[in-house]
Amino acid sequence: MIKEIREPLIFEISEAGKRAAELPALDVPKTKNLLAGVALRREIEGFPEVSETEVTRHFTRLSQKNYCVDLGLYPLGSCTMKYNPKVNERLSGLPDFAVSHPLASEELVQGSLEVLKRLETYLCEIAGMDAFSLHPAAGAHGELTGMMLIRAALEARGDARKYVLIPDSAHGTNPSSAHICGYSVKEVKSNEKGTIDIEALEAVMTDEVAALMVTNPNTLGVFESDICRVAEIIHAKGGLVYMDGANMNALTGIVRPGDMGIDVLHINLHKTFSTPHGGGGPGSGPVGVKKELVPYLPVPVIGEKGGRFVLDFDRPATIGRVRSYFGNFSVIVRALCYILTLGPKGVREIAEFAVLNANYIRKNLEGEYHLKYTTPSMHECVFSDKIQKEFGVTNLDIAKRLIDYGIHPPTMSFPLIVHGALMIEPTETESRRDLDLFIDAMKAIAREAKENPEILRSAPHVAYVSRLDEVAAAKFPVLRWEKKS
Amino acid sequence: MSYLSLSDKDKKEMLAALGVGSTDDLFCCIPDAVRLKRELKLPAAQSELELVRTIEEIGRKNAYSRHLSFLGGGAYDHFIPTVVDYLSSRGEFVSPYTPYQPEVSQGTLQVVFEFQTLICQLTGLDIANASLYEGATATAEAVLMAQRITTRNKVLLARTLHPQYREVVRTYIKNIGLEAVDVPYGPDGRVDKDALGRTLDESTAAVVFQSPNFFGVVEDVQALSDAAHGRKALSVAIVAEAVSLGLLESPGRLGADIVTGEGQSLGVPVSFGGPYLGFMACKKEFLRQMPGRIAGQTMDKEGRRGFVLTLSTREQHIRRERATSNICTNQGLCALRATIFMETLGKQGLKELAWQNAQKAAYAADRLGSVPGVRKKFSGPVFNEFVVELAKPWPAVDIGLRGKGIIGGYGLESAYPELKSCALVCVTEMKTKDQIDRLAQALQEVLS
Repeated sequence: MIKEIREPLIFEISEAGKRAAELPALDVPKTKNLLAGVALRREIEGFPEVSETEVTRHFTRLSQKNYCVDLGLYPLGSCTMKYNPKVNERLSGLPDFAVSHPLASEELVQGSLEVLKRLETYLCEIAGMDAFSLHPAAGAHGELTGMMLIRAALEARGDARKYVLIPDSAHGTNPSSAHICGYSVKEVKSNEKGTIDIEALEAVMTDEVAALMVTNPNTLGVFESDICRVAEIIHAKGGLVYMDGANMNALTGIVRPGDMGIDVLHINLHKTFSTPHGGGGPGSGPVGVKKELVPYLPVPVIGEKGGRFVLDFDRPATIGRVRSYFGNFSVIVRALCYILTLGPKGVREIAEFAVLNANYIRKNLEGEYHLKYTTPSMHECVFSDKIQKEFGVTNLDIAKRLIDYGIHPPTMSFPLIVHGALMIEPTETESRRDLDLFIDAMKAIAREAKENPEILRSAPHVAYVSRLDEVAAAKFPVLRWEKKS
Repeated sequence: MSYLSLSDKDKKEMLAALGVGSTDDLFCCIPDAVRLKRELKLPAAQSELELVRTIEEIGRKNAYSRHLSFLGGGAYDHFIPTVVDYLSSRGEFVSPYTPYQPEVSQGTLQVVFEFQTLICQLTGLDIANASLYEGATATAEAVLMAQRITTRNKVLLARTLHPQYREVVRTYIKNIGLEAVDVPYGPDGRVDKDALGRTLDESTAAVVFQSPNFFGVVEDVQALSDAAHGRKALSVAIVAEAVSLGLLESPGRLGADIVTGEGQSLGVPVSFGGPYLGFMACKKEFLRQMPGRIAGQTMDKEGRRGFVLTLSTREQHIRRERATSNICTNQGLCALRATIFMETLGKQGLKELAWQNAQKAAYAADRLGSVPGVRKKFSGPVFNEFVVELAKPWPAVDIGLRGKGIIGGYGLESAYPELKSCALVCVTEMKTKDQIDRLAQALQEVLS
């Protein structure tokens, strides 16, 4: 590997007249006054001109500046960075799937519809729900869809209500999704165990509250042990319970949200079901519902009629379409492949080993790093920089120093209720060796914090760039390349 | 088959280190009453070979791939150069996440920065974001953005805007006090400018139109933008066929304030509708109202250029319910594909690709128009799609064509009840003259 890669922007190596793609000669008679009367462009100003060799080297060099799951442990809490099976990549791109058009008649795309129906069925079983919609393109899109379903169901009962309750440990997407649905957010405080405070919940739960959005396990990696009681409190006042299933990796085969009072949830296929994160998507955020909410699901719904799969648009109570076509199909194929590969025992092992690995890390780092909540951890554990702060070292310094040890940093500064948080989620696919490498690195960093804090504050030392000036980036935004005048 | 990496010995030792007897004990905080006491009802685990057989067999049930198809309507069959698949399938691009740690994500961040630049160049606008989900939700985001900018509560949606995009906008706005009004089209298949003039008023936040529109007709972007601006509303141009931007004047130059839409055409497979690539560009004065991730250039401590995610105070993880959007994960890998695609085709290639699409569609429109019983429905100029009106009802024609192994187009009646016996026909560079002639011949036989 080349240590120093100075890769210019493609625009900076562009030279007039170069090209990396050739089309066949036009094989139809040329129309003379093509697009008569339409404003046409002379050229795409600034667009690059490079050879295929240059394109290949450009992206290969850029790729080498990325850390990735294929390289090592990626303990980014709440993101479930597990291994992405390679066969799933291949099968998701099978020509029969890749060319199939979303506007084709149902009878021509029975295979694609079967993929959707099968995954819906399996997700219902895993989550204990009555129906799933695979339309949502990502977790936040699933939340939005789920909250729309809740609103529709409550409107049908006569009152959409005003508020949504969200614990203070929730993902930022939760309040934002509730807001787009026209709801005002009321925060629910956590107790000293890091779970929802039942008394606080009872105090804010009124008949003006539409729903509670709960993440379980929550963002501290702690299971909401009172979840059944929580659901009772919400249901007793006519509200519904939404679960952010971002952390389903802790629960598969162990407990089903549908069995603990959850009315609606979303699952992230790019987390629990191993579809790659792609440097920031595409994901997929299917929404599962209990019977009462089925009539409101987005259209089209995949139905079955006479042994064939059909698209059902005749849903008078539907919230409507939430996106074009049917969902992030090739992501859905990957998730289906994953479930078929694992089978029932394997799906349960996801949770068993994710929780084992997280607790192994916790056990080994306890004492070295401060653990604000000592409640048992599920699939992730949240430490803080409280001990290291005494030496003038922050969670940011710890994270950047980990890069020098060749490991991706954990999620930082989230959840907000842990000051200086380091949120660690190893996932189930990691080897003991990789877990130990991480533990040893974290221990070494804890030592360095005491003995040589400067080495942390100036980290990373071995990356292609040192710490970047994020303040300047926001203050004087340069968001595109421009030709020097 | 499983993807675990712990041996039985590892497992035993790790459990012992934790002082528990079995993995079951790790779940002690889950109330026993709700725990699942049976195995999940899922099919038995499969080996890789069995899985390949299973999935390939399901794939073969798609009869679609054995047809000659002229479907478009927001999802376009374009040639994807091999380098796009090859480079975009590198694990270094596929398996990381959002570049929260810029020092180990410079690859992804520079790609996003280049993507933003390319989108600005294509659309003729100042700034672009790192991507949105797909065309329809991107359109909805643009509508919400226009409401924030203008604080007005009505949007006008051209009926020539993709019907599914209009549906999604309506789903998004119904709970937040925004009203959407459809604007009809004229005999040329373009927005009816008189009707637009009558509907535009001081409460209009934006005029939202698509060009080339759902009928394949190129709209008069300048005139629509001028009309919007006359009432201090925003001009929001939707592009569902991004390849058209290789040939058509950029909407930004023709007055559009926000250009958003679908980038699937740029190297992303049709793949039954997703994942696709929403993109968004706008004038720089709207920067703070833009949704989604944005990469920006900065320096490291040694003065070396680097890239970071920036302006995140607009976003949900900082601003929570007051964010510009709830979007978090977007379409990174699809944006990478589009970036490789655009840089591979380059300035000349994309222009020629667009030109060939328009040429082939023009030939096909003429050729089909010469078939007795086929009439070109609209008089407006088209890019790579056009609407034909047939002497027989479309369902019968469709079935007739399918009998000859051809999917001739998309029947418009379900989305446009007034367009009975009309179909949308798409011709990209993937169709040869012989294939177009085959469609004409088949239509002649079916209609006679």
